[in-house]
Amino acid sequence: MDTASRDDFVIAIRSAFLKKGNKQRFSLIFLIFLSLAFLFLGRINFEPINQVKIVIREAVYRSSFIVSVPENYLKKTYQKIQSHFVIYNDYFEIKSEIEKLNSEKTVDQFIIEENKRLKKIIDDYVAESEEVVAKIIIDKNSPFLRSLIVNKGSKNNIKLGMAVLDKNYLIGKVVEVNYLTSRVLLLSDLNSKIPVIIEPGGFQSILSGTGKNDGIIQYLKENYLIEGKNTVYTSGAGGLFKAGIPIGKIKKNQLDEPNKVNFFSDFSQLRFVKVKSFEKEESN
Amino acid sequence: MVEFSKITISNKLLRYAPILLLFISVLNEFDFNYLELKYFSFNFPFVLIFYWSLKKPESLGYGFIFIAGLINDVVVGFPMGISSLVYLFICGSAAYFRNITLNTSLFKDWIFFLATILVVNTMLYSILVLFFSFNLNYNDLIVNLIFTFLLYVICANLFELYEKLVFGNQNV
Repeated sequence: MDTASRDDFVIAIRSAFLKKGNKQRFSLIFLIFLSLAFLFLGRINFEPINQVKIVIREAVYRSSFIVSVPENYLKKTYQKIQSHFVIYNDYFEIKSEIEKLNSEKTVDQFIIEENKRLKKIIDDYVAESEEVVAKIIIDKNSPFLRSLIVNKGSKNNIKLGMAVLDKNYLIGKVVEVNYLTSRVLLLSDLNSKIPVIIEPGGFQSILSGTGKNDGIIQYLKENYLIEGKNTVYTSGAGGLFKAGIPIGKIKKNQLDEPNKVNFFSDFSQLRFVKVKSFEKEESN
Repeated sequence: MVEFSKITISNKLLRYAPILLLFISVLNEFDFNYLELKYFSFNFPFVLIFYWSLKKPESLGYGFIFIAGLINDVVVGFPMGISSLVYLFICGSAAYFRNITLNTSLFKDWIFFLATILVVNTMLYSILVLFFSFNLNYNDLIVNLIFTFLLYVICANLFELYEKLVFGNQNV
């Protein structure tokens, strides 16, 4: 009885995986091995597979952009309707904020110039490369990965690790460069780790993504007093980004809560981004 | 003559609709993420592949499923080959289930679908975490699994209706 049921199991498995079905050109087991080969060769960075990957990526990104047009239209309509509901309330708040900012701007300009002068003296001044403005062609937030695809690649001098900004706010870095497209890993991704400084206080730390729409401050001793609404900037440690690019604000109501970061930029509303690199300015 | 060719083209489109839908869904990743619902995500290709591999395997070629997996990896940013592997395992599981059952019912299919996605998601999670050092949120994966499981009933009913309309009673 047992042998019979085991035989049935083996026959069913063999038929499912080894037999080519009606109108099927390949057997399942052949394609499973092909997928494993792709995975394994990709893991060991086998060059021909990397070339194949780049070709597939270029083709897929372009087709995905076209296929996404109807859904993007729906998405934009939904967001437009949603934003209409909040515009009126925001208007008065923004108006008073603009007045306040205008008065602060004059003072800030003086501080910026002074800061540049002082940084040059201590040889810490970094120059920005020419920025490349890129259009987002795919911004599918998968439940597991937070990244987007932009329409500029190695043809436009995009390099791995370049900073990606929305206005003046850091939103991520380039993690994959193809000839005409690149992938940007957003700060909210679980795999994103950026050295940051928290002001006021000057606490150095690492900002990690949470996989949601915010970030979290990691590796910070508990006795540092960080209150809600502290601002997070890049620290410049590691030399990848210049120091002082604004990222977001700490959000917490009680001191013992984890230090979550609300990004200044809304990653779901991005259409164009700036891609830049930062280099140390040659001293004269 | 013109009328005849029109009928043939639309007929072919209807017959190949499952594979077209699969390609659109992997290129488009339509999962309503833009609604920004905190605990809501699903994997539509899992439902589509399992249902059609179970009910009408010839409507989704294994080769096409393999390519769809590669496309999905590129769009989502996973290592290439992993989605193909997972999709093909779903096909294999559906084919095995088809071989061992004589009397099918939606409930049985549904339960077997749950077992299948549990296994393939475990496989996906393990490969990504162990071999590719990916950080994945386990809760997100569970939420995705639950909604994919719940979605199966709705989609299965819709697909069944479509199957009856397009293919009639042949092979049902």
